[in-house]
Amino acid sequence: MADPPLRAPLLAVQNLAMRFGGLTAVDDLSFEVRAGEITAVIGPNGAGKTTVFNCITGFYRPSAGSLALTHADGARFALERMAGHRIARHARVARTFQNIRLFAGMTVLENLMVAQHNALMPHVAQGLLAVFGIGGYRALERDAVEQARFWLDAIGLTPRADDPAGALPYGAQRRLEIARAMCTHPVLLCLDEPAAGLNPRESDELSGLLLRIREGLSGQGCSLLLIEHDMGVVMRISDHVVVLDHGRKISDGTPAHVRDDPHVIAAYLGEGDEDDIQAEAVP
Amino acid sequence: MLRDAFLSALVALGLFGAMIGLKTDVGATALTLTPRPLAVAVAVGLVFVGRLALLAWKKARPPHATGPGALARRMARIGHFVAPLLLAFAVALPLFAGRYWLDMGILVLTYVMLGWGLNIVVGLAGLLDLGYVAFYAVGAYAYALLSTQLGLGFWTCLPLAGILAAFWGMLLGFPVLRLRGDYLAIVTLAFGEIIRVVLLNWVSLTGGPNGISGIPRPTLFGLTFTAGGGEGSFADFFGIEPSVSHRVIFLYYVILGLALLTNWVSLRLRRLPLGRAWEALREDEVACRSLGINVTVTKLTAFAIGAAFGGFAGAFFATRQAFVSPESFTFIESAVVLAIVVLGGLGSQLGVALAALVMIGGSEVFRDLAEYRMLIFGAALVVMMVVRPRGLVSGRAPSVALGSRKRIAAEMVTEGRG
Repeated sequence: MADPPLRAPLLAVQNLAMRFGGLTAVDDLSFEVRAGEITAVIGPNGAGKTTVFNCITGFYRPSAGSLALTHADGARFALERMAGHRIARHARVARTFQNIRLFAGMTVLENLMVAQHNALMPHVAQGLLAVFGIGGYRALERDAVEQARFWLDAIGLTPRADDPAGALPYGAQRRLEIARAMCTHPVLLCLDEPAAGLNPRESDELSGLLLRIREGLSGQGCSLLLIEHDMGVVMRISDHVVVLDHGRKISDGTPAHVRDDPHVIAAYLGEGDEDDIQAEAVP
Repeated sequence: MLRDAFLSALVALGLFGAMIGLKTDVGATALTLTPRPLAVAVAVGLVFVGRLALLAWKKARPPHATGPGALARRMARIGHFVAPLLLAFAVALPLFAGRYWLDMGILVLTYVMLGWGLNIVVGLAGLLDLGYVAFYAVGAYAYALLSTQLGLGFWTCLPLAGILAAFWGMLLGFPVLRLRGDYLAIVTLAFGEIIRVVLLNWVSLTGGPNGISGIPRPTLFGLTFTAGGGEGSFADFFGIEPSVSHRVIFLYYVILGLALLTNWVSLRLRRLPLGRAWEALREDEVACRSLGINVTVTKLTAFAIGAAFGGFAGAFFATRQAFVSPESFTFIESAVVLAIVVLGGLGSQLGVALAALVMIGGSEVFRDLAEYRMLIFGAALVVMMVVRPRGLVSGRAPSVALGSRKRIAAEMVTEGRG
């Protein structure tokens, strides 16, 4: 891997722990997400993957440990101390959800417009002044619609822009959720099981979309962190895989390295179900 | 189908056999029973044929046309010309209506305005508020106190009353930010009662149950509307015969203007990021947070702006009545305004206006029916909620579109859980 200049990783997770009462969901977890890469977090059900995501995106406050995010311009953010909406807005970490959370009663275009809320309305006073046509809102809105149109083209949903998001087929809803997250101009996009429930053709399209995002579809660098059970997708697109089991990291490295790691095989053979083992063996 | 109709006819026979089939006549010495087989046969036959026709009609109608979505679309199409007609009627009303109808118009418009104000909180942001009357009260007392104690005029006090109500809206907003659904409803209900009880007991400031009287009437650029005419009055300035109806007409146009302002601001906000964020909040709060929307600020603005319009309406109420007392701000007022919003269809401006017209206008028109009025009213509400659970005008219009704006069926739209 060509990475000559020694610079800080995009996200450094250090000694992260998350305890719910007596239950330890994540314990002493450390790993790195490097800029310009797709990092996958895998592991059997209940391994703590989604908990890690919720810590990174500010939905949970970690019990211990640090989450340091460094932008390309050197700005640093301690995510473990930031509120959820500030992480999305200032640290520019976007996420999708395991069970899709679109604004079902709003149109596809409106979903993408809501995502650009902070660009359209830097502060409340400006939002209120716009009622009287003050504050140059029109030009901002035109740009926002253009941005939305760009992502609609990228996910192939332009013809359905004015339909309610809840009326879209499942696969399209998954793509729209990714596009909505990308409309916030993230530097790190966290995807919680993006391929769940997709058919093979749709999950191929999804892999293509994720690779294009990594290559800079948004016009700026965006790295990806994904939780995924579909090993086909994980092995095909990720640069780096972190394996969790019972809240601890059991392996970390390239897809090929992880696939042959005896710890990983043991974890999946011991705990996982049949499908996971086969999926693990196929690629 | 035939079997169903036959069963219906059988039930009808059982019922009508005794009710219609046997007639009692006062005979010479005692009551005599006269059997009426023909009448029974006709009634049962009618039921049989009617049931058959109903089933056939149901079968013949294409299933997609029966859905509430289709009805909503039809309503929306009707809405296109109902709204301008309604507006034209409202503007022209003082030209032909008498004092009684104008007073009624003022009352209805006050509730239209309150409904539109509450619609921001409940309909757009999806925050169930059972204490909206508190802001109405804050507005009314703000004007009453500022005018009687400090001698400020109506037009100075109007924005102040709105600002004060918005301030109280935010005060309410802070503690309830974490609450959802039922819990939110209960706390807002309590807040409404707290304001009323404070007004009732803070005798030195508010006069307690005696209220505040002698609240000045509004002026038109300094022209007063005194019944006797006189120097500096409206009648004197224009050289016309002084009349009480001038003031009523003036008040009517003031509340019409305020209501239209509420409507304009909420329609405009819906198409701006703030309004879209409110609706997104109603749809999914967690997703909003993940998109970097400050949920706290967004909820507070909804409470504050909704409350501000309640405050405006309150100030108007105070100046119209020239008297305020805590009695005017009981829970039932909150309930009526919420009923107007729910009945009209959450988030629908036209629906709220129609519902206010029906509920307030209707209950005034049927005042002669005395205690049966509330009974009819309640029954109408129940029927309405069964037939159109999402309100008169359900569904929502998109705030922005690449192509044509298509109405979104109500089933898609989330009602919001606070």
